[in-house]
Amino acid sequence: MAAVTADQTAQAGADRPEGADEALEAVFDAAVAADERIEPRDWMPDAYRASLVRQMAQHAHSEIIGMQPEANWITRAPSLRRKAILMAKVQDEAGHGLYLYSAAETLGTGREELLDKLHAGRQRYSSIFNYPTLTWADVGAIGWLVDGAAITNQVPLCRCSYGPYARAMVRICKEESFHQRQGYELLLALSRGTPAQHDMAQDAVNRWWWPSLMMFGPPDDASAHSAQSMTWKIKRHSNDELRQRFVDICVPQAETLGLTLPDPDLRWNEERGQHDFGAIDWKEFQEVLKGNGPCNEQRLAQRRRAHEEGAWVRDAAVAYAEKHTAAPAQAAPAHAASRATAGNGEATA
Amino acid sequence: MSSSTEWPLWEVFVRSRRGLSHTHAGSLHAPDAEMALRNARDLYTRRSEGVSIWVVPSAQVTASSPDEKDSFFEPAGDKPYRHPTFYEIPEGVKHL
Amino acid sequence: MTAALALGDDALVLSHRLGEWAGHAPVLEEEVALANIALDLLGQARVLLSLVGDEDELAYLREERAFRNVQLVEQPNGDFAHTIARQLYFSTYQRLLYEQLAAGESAFAGLAAKAVKEVAYHQDHAEHWTLRLGDGTDESHDRMQLAVDALWRFTGELFEPVEGVEVDWQSLRSGWLESVSAVLERATLTLPTGPQAGAWTAGAGRQGIHTEPFGRMIAEMQHLHRSHPGASW
Repeated sequence: MAAVTADQTAQAGADRPEGADEALEAVFDAAVAADERIEPRDWMPDAYRASLVRQMAQHAHSEIIGMQPEANWITRAPSLRRKAILMAKVQDEAGHGLYLYSAAETLGTGREELLDKLHAGRQRYSSIFNYPTLTWADVGAIGWLVDGAAITNQVPLCRCSYGPYARAMVRICKEESFHQRQGYELLLALSRGTPAQHDMAQDAVNRWWWPSLMMFGPPDDASAHSAQSMTWKIKRHSNDELRQRFVDICVPQAETLGLTLPDPDLRWNEERGQHDFGAIDWKEFQEVLKGNGPCNEQRLAQRRRAHEEGAWVRDAAVAYAEKHTAAPAQAAPAHAASRATAGNGEATA
Repeated sequence: MSSSTEWPLWEVFVRSRRGLSHTHAGSLHAPDAEMALRNARDLYTRRSEGVSIWVVPSAQVTASSPDEKDSFFEPAGDKPYRHPTFYEIPEGVKHL
Repeated sequence: MTAALALGDDALVLSHRLGEWAGHAPVLEEEVALANIALDLLGQARVLLSLVGDEDELAYLREERAFRNVQLVEQPNGDFAHTIARQLYFSTYQRLLYEQLAAGESAFAGLAAKAVKEVAYHQDHAEHWTLRLGDGTDESHDRMQLAVDALWRFTGELFEPVEGVEVDWQSLRSGWLESVSAVLERATLTLPTGPQAGAWTAGAGRQGIHTEPFGRMIAEMQHLHRSHPGASW
């Protein structure tokens, strides 16, 4: 729940006599094996904690960096209905970032610290957001393919072994159900529209298809964190499994759209009961990951600028709170104070 | 980096509709209680998920320790007579 | 007609400006708050414009001179202080206006009754930030004072009677001044003393006379729609 509690846990761990960790680890392993959730104050292996913080931070960063390519089109949305949908979607992404940062904070790592690491380039976000949104159709392709891939990845995370992460994901998946549908609907309108609109949609799918497949991460035999994450039930399916599932879902959806997927090797394999698809250009993936994607610098620079230019605003609010309240929690105006007091009473009951 | 002080963390509890109790929804950052309430409204009830919100400074929450789990919660486990199913009532007796 | 267009354009244009903040807000919580306000306003704009005609034709195919919004709402975002000052001036006006409309019997009564709840929250948001910026640090105080001063000359237009909007404009003006003065005072800011309008007889936003940044704003807003005449989206 709170950062404090995680600190306390860490301290409790440090005071323990030698050998006690093994007993605790056995309890932890048993809980994970029994599909029980691990909660913030439970003992957990340091590597599990580190792995979770890394993954939740990367996920949170992806949400807030992911606002940029779509926000790029808010001011140019071609109808008021589309404009409202897009604004609501970009807003959700900010909200999802907030849910995930607060899940990460249950392990004692503050948001400011995570943002600093993002800004310094020491923590990653999903590489997909380093591609540009060149036309309006890209908004649709992101909704259909990028959000589609994200949902394929995320639905299993609702059963992740770490409670706060799983709960955040339940909320996110519920809210995101409209994101993919709006993208699909947007592309459908273009595909069935004028020839110019149809071409715009096909062009966007051509550019977003391969990067979307890369979103599932490197192939299983080359994935650094996969095996351990599977044992810990942070992750429940392998990268390749999820990628295959995504391809199989998209093929019929593309047919209904009247658009083609840019892969000459894509075909149904009767024997496997799945689609075969072409080789992914992992060199491109590695290059984008290294920072050589088309928008890496731009995305990070905008994020840094927003944070730096907002510093005086955040500082002002802190200064005001210090002047007007003895402690941030106390001496709030009457209505807020009475609610907060009531909260303490029942929350602990 | 740029900002000197991070806004404190608050725990948010939302009553989803009248007649239900407030449930923990998550946390957020805010400079003070008033802003925390407003941020909570924007973040946790933007799809009409709530009719009432509490915010509590995270630092003010006192929680039971998982180490004390046994002494805290197990004693309640062997008192089945606190539950109505403990009692056998002849068939046909109503309103009990 | 004139009335729905005037009120609808106010909401449309301010919503667009707030939408420009997406991805640039000073803190994540504020991304969510500003988007909420923008979405409320866009919803109001769509209802109001639909009273006049097709919402998209009106938003995307009118020339600059045909827009009837006040100049205040088209002013660029500037820093966060400028955005908050614009919000304070406009949301206070909009709340008082919609309160009167909701209590009246005009065609706007129903719409105003719904909108006034949204707008009351916008005003609350603007007031809370005005207090925090005005009475925060020296830097935020200076920035906020600069912003309320800079936007002051666009506030006079708010109280020019609009044909078909049946409210008591005099009490709207005095209520607005009272409310804004009180907030600025609590925020340790000085109520601007300059003129509340520019000196040009051609008029202002309600007559279709806008400021230069507005032309670029609608150029961006309308470009895609206009590039594909007759297309559906």
